[in-house]
Amino acid sequence: MTDTATDPLQAGFDTTIGHGDRIEPRDWMPDGYRRTLVRQIAQHAHSEIIGMQPEGAWIGRAPSLRRKAILLAKVQDEAGHGLYLYSACETLGVSRGELTEKLISGAQKYSSIFNYPTLSYADVGTIGWLVDGAAICNQVPLCRTSFGPYGRAMIRICKEESFHQRQGYELLMTMMRGTEAQRAMVQESVNRFWWPALMMFGPPDDESPNSAQSMAWGIKRNSNDDLRQRFVDMSVPQAQALGVTFPDPELRWNAERGHHDFGQPDWDEFMQVVKGNGPCNTQRIAHRRKAHEEGAWVREAATAYAAKQAAAAHGQEGAA
Amino acid sequence: MSEVRAEWPLYEVFVRGKRGLNHVHVGSLHAADDDMALRHARDVYTRRNEGVSIWVVQSKDIAASSPDEKDPMFAPSNDKVYRHPTFYEIPDNVPHM
Repeated sequence: MTDTATDPLQAGFDTTIGHGDRIEPRDWMPDGYRRTLVRQIAQHAHSEIIGMQPEGAWIGRAPSLRRKAILLAKVQDEAGHGLYLYSACETLGVSRGELTEKLISGAQKYSSIFNYPTLSYADVGTIGWLVDGAAICNQVPLCRTSFGPYGRAMIRICKEESFHQRQGYELLMTMMRGTEAQRAMVQESVNRFWWPALMMFGPPDDESPNSAQSMAWGIKRNSNDDLRQRFVDMSVPQAQALGVTFPDPELRWNAERGHHDFGQPDWDEFMQVVKGNGPCNTQRIAHRRKAHEEGAWVREAATAYAAKQAAAAHGQEGAA
Repeated sequence: MSEVRAEWPLYEVFVRGKRGLNHVHVGSLHAADDDMALRHARDVYTRRNEGVSIWVVQSKDIAASSPDEKDPMFAPSNDKVYRHPTFYEIPDNVPHM
């Protein structure tokens, strides 16, 4: 630790954090703070970009024009969220090209949830309801995170996530009013996504070594377990209204605590998926790499066109 | 080939939310030229009627004050209390002032 009494830069940073004020890109900040933010914002941006794939796979198979338009808009939003976050991350001095390279080389991670496959159209609904619902629980407190550009990106994202969650829940409600087979499809989808959704909050607090420092820096505002509890409490009545159950025999209301008790996800499975051994890790990265490489000629052509236009404009100015 | 591998320049994006408001900085993006920057800004920052006008400017063209200099930079406005209306004592019985 730096001795704050002798380091005016550190003291200024500590005072700003202590007052609950925001740190802005041109302010001095400790290396660890910058590194933690780059890691977290990059992971968050990559998650949005990779998150386009599981649902994007269903755009061509949407059951109606209405559902197709909604899904297109949603997947486009995910791209937008990725771009807001890359933009915030770049204010910390990393380049976009570096971030893309680190995603496709596996040096930086994305949320483990997107390594699970989408097997039926009900999964589009379940992802909106549970996966985006969990993301909202994680993201709302981040609107007050201590790094200005990250917080401002989160405010934009949270405004749009509400559409994502509601369209998903409405999709599932529509299926639940359908045939017995459609209801079974919804329940099967919820069964598959419930545990991975709980994993989205990260490991339990006593196994999350970086959490305490992130909270001291005001980057994180709530612990993993607190947010997970909040998500379970919010989701149970929504499941009842929908007419589905969660696949957890330990899930029950605890009047004493004023919260639901619930079981733990399989943390060994979580670690395996994080390490790259989930059902779709290889496919997701291969797809992103292919899109990046096959888009290279477009980026080069646009650069060449811009250079030509600039040269022509310059030539005209010279002649005038 | 390092020239074509180079990234598109970074642009800062400013959006006027509605008539009567200032353009406000909303974020940044990469684009090959000004036209593309405007198109990208529309798609990234105004998908839900967030604006009626967009400005884009290359980030390298923005001059900014340094946060380290903030004391000397803004000191001249601190010691001129007479620039604020509350500096002047006006009796309570004087209306509309």
